[in-house]
Amino acid sequence: MSAPAPSGGSLGMRRFRAVYIIWLRDLKRHFRDRARIIGSLGSPIVFIFILGQGLGSSLRFPASSGAAAIDYKVFMFPGILGMTVLFAGVFSAVSIVWDREFGFLKEMLVAPVPSWSIALGKVVSGATIASFQGGLMLLLAPLVGIHLSVGMLLLLIPTMFLVAFSMTGLGILVATRLKSMQGFQVVMNFVMMPMFFISGAMFQLQNAPQWMDTLSKVDPLTYGVDALRAIMISDVPSRYPLSTDIGLIALFSAVMIFISVTAFSRQS
Amino acid sequence: MSAPMIEVEKLSRAFGSLVAVDEVSFSIGHKEIFGFLGPNGAGKTTTINMLCTLLKPTAGRAQLNGFDIVSQQDEVRQSIGIVFQDPTLDDQLTARENLQFHAMLYNVPPAERSERSQSVLEMVELTGRADDKVETFSGGMKRRLEIARGLMHYPHVLFLDEPTLGLDPQTRNAIWQHVHELREQFDITIFLTTHYMDEAENCDRIAIIDHGHIVALDTPGNLKHQVGGDVITLRSEDSEATQRELKEHFDLDAVVSEAPADTSGPAGKRIRLEVPSGRTLLPQLLKELKTGILSVTVREPTLDDVFLKLTGRQIRDESVSDKMEFMKARVRRRRMHS
Repeated sequence: MSAPAPSGGSLGMRRFRAVYIIWLRDLKRHFRDRARIIGSLGSPIVFIFILGQGLGSSLRFPASSGAAAIDYKVFMFPGILGMTVLFAGVFSAVSIVWDREFGFLKEMLVAPVPSWSIALGKVVSGATIASFQGGLMLLLAPLVGIHLSVGMLLLLIPTMFLVAFSMTGLGILVATRLKSMQGFQVVMNFVMMPMFFISGAMFQLQNAPQWMDTLSKVDPLTYGVDALRAIMISDVPSRYPLSTDIGLIALFSAVMIFISVTAFSRQS
Repeated sequence: MSAPMIEVEKLSRAFGSLVAVDEVSFSIGHKEIFGFLGPNGAGKTTTINMLCTLLKPTAGRAQLNGFDIVSQQDEVRQSIGIVFQDPTLDDQLTARENLQFHAMLYNVPPAERSERSQSVLEMVELTGRADDKVETFSGGMKRRLEIARGLMHYPHVLFLDEPTLGLDPQTRNAIWQHVHELREQFDITIFLTTHYMDEAENCDRIAIIDHGHIVALDTPGNLKHQVGGDVITLRSEDSEATQRELKEHFDLDAVVSEAPADTSGPAGKRIRLEVPSGRTLLPQLLKELKTGILSVTVREPTLDDVFLKLTGRQIRDESVSDKMEFMKARVRRRRMHS
């Protein structure tokens, strides 16, 4: 009787390699689907150039007196960047539900790798894809009049990645609860849309009613958008110091990844 | 005989109060083709899921390639290849990419990956389509690719769960040919489930499973011997009268049942009896039976007869609705795809 060939390094190494394999497969799939890459930029572009243009012509931003007025498109740009990362991250994570429905998840689950490495692989690939989509958005920044310096980019990209991690972690948790893709519509309407609007992506929360202000404080995207805005626009005062924002997103990411990976492992 | 490849002792699995598999025991030798035969819901897939570590047994134990299925999961997984009932391919990747991905997951050394993909693709005759996306493949091609993929890491045991379900007869034959070939080529033990009786004949040994119990386990030939020599099917003007006559004059226990139209006549009652030798008894029967006989067929027993004898039911009854279920599932899937 022969033991299975123990090739490819120690057990620990092999487990982390599974994370890499799943990341690789998801990226391959994503970059093969050109239509989706371009298509997912559709709604951000509509938001900025139609909604942003329209609202901008009829309102003055920021509303607080004293500060210099800025173009609304500029104000909302970091918010839309946050939205892109939120949607791409959650959507990419929820592809686990597709994998389950089309059977491919079983191929991964029955392989000699632990199930936490599958979930972690999904988190890393989702975060990569969401950051990439955010990166594409950054190419549009000059069109609204935001000129990014190298220094800004060096801050922006890691921040975006961190926000992407937290959103993908949330997405994995959602995916463990979803039986089929039909349920995703509910998540979209009752989780993602409120998270997006309440985060201050589209408007300032200074004059918002108390309940909204409270909700925004528990919305992790609030800190993401606040951080992105603080880095990109110096004219608008940010709500929290950048270090607070980043610290809270990092904390939320860590908690989310831990919870979702545990939930996924337990489920399978 | 060397140590068995699979050894199962009183393995059970309950889902709540439903006992899907109930104290099943068997052992499978090296290079054996072992078939699990039974209607849907008999416990076939549950048993496979336990043996490939996807499901924990509620009682009993099993070893595969010398590894315990509960405490040595990774080793068991490395020792087996599995083809599930439903496809588990990534249809956005090419056939070759699916194989490569599998090789990575199963720790096949990088230097060997492309050579192995090439050889398994050749075996299932998909070399020409290696770089096409799987979504363009037919059902039969997907199944062949899954078999090829299951072999990529040179497993000791290959599990095939209903490998020919939903495939046309020609493709089915091709799949069976592959199964026999790969046993020789890869020195592999094959564990399969099916509810097609005629296909079960391809196995070295068969376990007939019903309601979570193994009701018989033997070679197809021996199982058929259990039935007796031949099966005679009669249609008469009065089935019950003929049945009585058979009992009184010949001391034969005949079974009367309704049957759909088939080779022995239109839909209606059939009288079925098992006799040691149909050829010698038949002339005597026809001479002495007073009730008019409309038609007679004599044939050797099939596994259908074995199943009927052991469980009192015909396995065929269920295969039509199974197929309908399968079709429905495919339609559902296609809808969601679009």
